[in-house]
Amino acid sequence: MYTRIYFLRFPKETSDQPIIYYLVKRYDVEFNILKADILPQREGIMIIEFKGNRENIREALSYLKDLEVQVERLAGKVSRDDEKCFQCGACTGICPVGALYMQRPEMAVLFDPDRCSGCGLCVTACPVRAMTVSFDQVVVEEF
Amino acid sequence: MSEYTVNKSYAEINARIRAGEAVVATAEEMIDIVREDGPVAAARRIDVVTTGTFSTMCSSGAFFNFGQTTPTIKAAKVWINKVQAYAGLAAIDIYLGATEPAEDDPLNKVYPGEFRYGGGHVIEDLVAGKTVLLEAKAYATDCYANTKCKKELCLADMPHALLCNPRNGYQNYNCAVNFSDKTVHTYMGTLKPKCRNANYCSAGELSPLLNDPLYRTIGLGTRIFLGGGIGYVTWHGTQHNPNVLRSSGGTPRQPAGTMMVQGDLKQMSARWLRGVSLQGYGCSLAVGLGVPIPILNEEIALFTGVSDKDIFTQVIDYGHDYTNRIQRNYGEVSYAELRSGQIKVAGKKVPTAPLSSRVKAVEIAETLKRWILDKKFQLGEPVAHFPTADFSLDDKE
Repeated sequence: MYTRIYFLRFPKETSDQPIIYYLVKRYDVEFNILKADILPQREGIMIIEFKGNRENIREALSYLKDLEVQVERLAGKVSRDDEKCFQCGACTGICPVGALYMQRPEMAVLFDPDRCSGCGLCVTACPVRAMTVSFDQVVVEEF
Repeated sequence: MSEYTVNKSYAEINARIRAGEAVVATAEEMIDIVREDGPVAAARRIDVVTTGTFSTMCSSGAFFNFGQTTPTIKAAKVWINKVQAYAGLAAIDIYLGATEPAEDDPLNKVYPGEFRYGGGHVIEDLVAGKTVLLEAKAYATDCYANTKCKKELCLADMPHALLCNPRNGYQNYNCAVNFSDKTVHTYMGTLKPKCRNANYCSAGELSPLLNDPLYRTIGLGTRIFLGGGIGYVTWHGTQHNPNVLRSSGGTPRQPAGTMMVQGDLKQMSARWLRGVSLQGYGCSLAVGLGVPIPILNEEIALFTGVSDKDIFTQVIDYGHDYTNRIQRNYGEVSYAELRSGQIKVAGKKVPTAPLSSRVKAVEIAETLKRWILDKKFQLGEPVAHFPTADFSLDDKE
């Protein structure tokens, strides 16, 4: 499953259109709205997570672009507090990209930020909340 | 008359510890020692084997006496940092359980709940030296006139604080999978549908009770590493069940024995007592526990030489079977297989993840070893033993 988080800026002309509805209906994209601020006849913003196959998400994004919705990818930056982490390994079963993994035979839990997709699943899976995700980094998506 | 070639007493081993002559090995080191030298030679050479485990352990908590107020109070309801403690003991004695969530916690109303703060976190905060807010309500009596109190205090302000865990250090535990078609959030972690991951929770070859499978040395009065300080085994734990299926080496193949442990909270460390939040399940406490095993004879040496490839557990479905108490397993796996990162369940390869920290278990066993070598820690001889199973190594050979 391909998961990405986007920051969308809707021009005020689009505020009365059911855009998200079409994303689901036409492109079969699963979504999760993380934040939205949309008012009639005003520019709107939304932080939304898309899940689905890569091709569908790509087409959905190009549909948004055609409507002149500004799309930026929010790359969640996940970091680990090494003081808090007690190296149990619970996160390694949840991490979908293997960024959190066990080093054998010592069974040390390692975190490779380069492999991390920023999905944030580890944040609540960690019993001592050693993982945090922040969205302060905005990266322009390349189509 | 003894049936063993090697016979040592607790007193002899303690005398060697005091003289700085004791030979101590961790349970991990003992595996090779027994394999290379055999149990008799290992028993002659090694005096103590140290074990360790660090993981979430429900059935933990602490007794506190929080000090009187003026006028006096007979507290009926007590909260520490909004987490309710049981107050029906005496005037100001309370018991705070590790799994008690904060009173304003949304629980699973928005599923899966996060359970950010509970009894285990209060214990960690107190041991870390943080100030907590204690609130109490009471009815007035002639000798206890106060009806409410609210005070900020830290662990040093409490006249008495005792970590008292009715069930810790489970001897073996299930390997959890989920055969249902939706994700489940359990005390065994998040389990993906259709058996796409497996979680397990034991220190295996380092675990205290797996190194003393028939409770020959661990009993009432055994002195232990508890939460970074010194504690004691004070009873067999709740749900202690020695009568389960066992391997030829004596280790149980499913959850079996447990220990009740306690110790003065004030000498413990927040590094080894950690409040935990298990998504969708609740709060608890991760406890660092280490038990020294005196090598009294070659049989105990053999037991402590156990390795992960000789310890087995059952694969249990937590998507349906566990909740409905259906006695069924999806096969047996060894801890060596679990530790490899992949097991086979119903013919399918399934990735595994541990919930018990191997790194910390090793650190506890090493710490306990150092304490003994530094003559800071002597063995406690049990005054009574746990209920055990009728089992003999010879029968199975």
